[in-house]
Amino acid sequence: MLKKLSVFSLFAIASILLAACGAPAPTGDTETVVETVVVTVIVPGDTPTPPPLPAIGGERLQAVLDRGNLICGVHGTFQGFGFVDSAGAWSGFDVDFCRAWAAALFNDADAVEFRGLSAQARFTALQSGEVDVLSRNSTWTWTRDAELGLTFGPVTFYDGQAIMARLEIVSDASAGLAALEGANICVQSGTTTELNLADQFRAAGVSYEPVVFEDQSAAFQAYDEGRCDAITSDRSQLATQGQAVLQNFADHVILDVVMSKEPLAPAVLQGDDKWADAIHWVVYGMIQAEELGITSANVDSFLTSEDPVVRRLLGVEGELGAKLGLSNDFIYRAIKLVGNYGEVYEKNLGPFGLARGQNALWTNGGLMYSPPFR
Amino acid sequence: MNIKAFWRDIRFLQILAQIVFILALVLTAGYLYANVTENLARQGLTVGYGFMKNPASFDISESYIPYEASDSYRRALEVGLVNTIVVTVVGILLTTVIGILAGVARLSSNLIIRQFAAAYVGVIRNTPLVIQLMFWYFGVALQLPAVREAIELPGPTYLTQRGIYIPWAEATETFPAWRTYIILAILSIFIIAFVLQLARKRSSLPLSPWWNLLYFFIPVFIIWLGAAIQPAPPLNQIIPELAGLNFKGGFRLTPEFAALLFGLVLYTGAFIAEIVRAGIQAVAKGQVEAARSLGLSTSQTLRLIVFPQALRIMIPPVTSQYLNLAKNSSLAIAIGYPDLFSIAGTVFNQTGAAIEIIVVMMLSYLSLSLFTSLLMNIYNNRIQLVER
Repeated sequence: MLKKLSVFSLFAIASILLAACGAPAPTGDTETVVETVVVTVIVPGDTPTPPPLPAIGGERLQAVLDRGNLICGVHGTFQGFGFVDSAGAWSGFDVDFCRAWAAALFNDADAVEFRGLSAQARFTALQSGEVDVLSRNSTWTWTRDAELGLTFGPVTFYDGQAIMARLEIVSDASAGLAALEGANICVQSGTTTELNLADQFRAAGVSYEPVVFEDQSAAFQAYDEGRCDAITSDRSQLATQGQAVLQNFADHVILDVVMSKEPLAPAVLQGDDKWADAIHWVVYGMIQAEELGITSANVDSFLTSEDPVVRRLLGVEGELGAKLGLSNDFIYRAIKLVGNYGEVYEKNLGPFGLARGQNALWTNGGLMYSPPFR
Repeated sequence: MNIKAFWRDIRFLQILAQIVFILALVLTAGYLYANVTENLARQGLTVGYGFMKNPASFDISESYIPYEASDSYRRALEVGLVNTIVVTVVGILLTTVIGILAGVARLSSNLIIRQFAAAYVGVIRNTPLVIQLMFWYFGVALQLPAVREAIELPGPTYLTQRGIYIPWAEATETFPAWRTYIILAILSIFIIAFVLQLARKRSSLPLSPWWNLLYFFIPVFIIWLGAAIQPAPPLNQIIPELAGLNFKGGFRLTPEFAALLFGLVLYTGAFIAEIVRAGIQAVAKGQVEAARSLGLSTSQTLRLIVFPQALRIMIPPVTSQYLNLAKNSSLAIAIGYPDLFSIAGTVFNQTGAAIEIIVVMMLSYLSLSLFTSLLMNIYNNRIQLVER
């Protein structure tokens, strides 16, 4: 029956086409049928056709080098990490890593095309090849690595999920989740945050009501208006967005409860190891540079250094860059044009008073550690 | 058979064009399908619905069917679908009322009413719906007072930024028994009607109108009998009360639902108003004049002459507006109402199954729309003028 119907409607479509050539016009009834059947036929293929993608090593790197700029997926409305201002200028911690990659690849920190992506669209954008690399405070998880077909890079920011509440509801930061019994909690959809929230409250046996927004700004706005008693997100987001967006940040407190581990890392599509290596080693180079005390201001003075570690890192000796398919001085370029890890951190997150904490170098008791450049 | 003319034979050309068209369609679909599977395979991704039975692990703020975070993705999508259906059905009912009122008001002879309706249609039709939704949510619903300073209306009904709370009823133990009595009472009316009709056919004389009193007394007697057996009331009133951080008890209209419903109803209502106005104005003026000259009042003219004819013109475009309302409900994602689109977005983000989820979404909206058009087409066929 259904088959008959669709065949019939295909004939009907054809006859519509023929109508222009003088065939009798179809009746209104058939038109309705036609519309519906055509939609179902097209469904399986109705996704944007992705551009031809590199499959094994190196094609993406070559494609980016040939194109002459890097397409970087970032957050567009998150001050401190990825933010585009009213003049169209991009700034932020994640954004500066894009600049560092561009500097390493093209010796031009501005050879980047930024794509502001929503939490929901970010991984699809990477999968479909719309962006070369995703640097959008994304948590490295097993599912994303395995099921989404991504390769995550070195962790650029160790974060943890926290919860912020009004001081009229909780007395101070030491209050536990139980203080939020029956609370309305604003959260962004499509994040690991949303899942952790459900897990943690379920484990603690505390009932709550989620109010889910697609957009982090909308979640903050609704929280600020009083729709929710609390808002949950990564600690860094609560601190930066809280200061940037809330009317009176002093009326709110971020609880001490740590709800999850959130290692934020850049991601590329899996299957192109050369491209992933290029992305990874630029980040490692920036961490290593901080450890060696090399900054954008003094990097030139290090070029004459006798220290073989420094000389290899900056490409003065050895062929480390060439082995990755890059210029030998790729780390030098990234440091010179953008800065080392510590500089990028201070420039973007310092104004929000976010202490280095776990993100300090391993020599200072943090987790930032680069494999050796040799 | 004349061979020279087959390429000039219109029937042959028609069939040929159809075959070419079908071939092109099949090839395009096949190409797109192969392209997608090839690209997915290259990234080591597979397509399939196996993930649907895995636990969703996220919570949903409002649901009309039981749901918790440990339920499956499939269940979460069902919650979203039901939420979409609820807002669509309630929205269609309300927008019809608003649309008809505004459409008639636009033709009113009263200057203020006419201008007011014109302003409503003008403003609403010419601004994007998503901006209106944002306005109703952030600008109106969330600007209501906080829970502790709730506005109390008689009832008691509370208006707060966490929602509108109204008293509600709760079934007690005697509810099933009472339900039986009420069903029996309603059944008795049909039985009386049947018996009286039978009696009228049998007897040659008209039945005394006093028999009609049976319609009143028998159901009342059944209910009275029920009350004698089960004196406890079937329903308990629940009054919303402040408990902890929020109100508990009673029926709650969340700000997200209220803003979405309000926005959709007013937006679609403006379009329906124009359809109603067009439908009424399309009825020939002579019809109205003839009705007035026969002594029908204005309301009688509208009800008996104008509306039945205008309805035939209005139904097809109004159906389109109903479908628009159903589809526009997917804008709920902007204001945090967990409709199908919002939940499907979350599921697809958590599982990465973009294609599968988009197919589910398209099929769901498609079936919802087809079902709506089916009902409207049935209605349309019933009110069409039977032409010979």
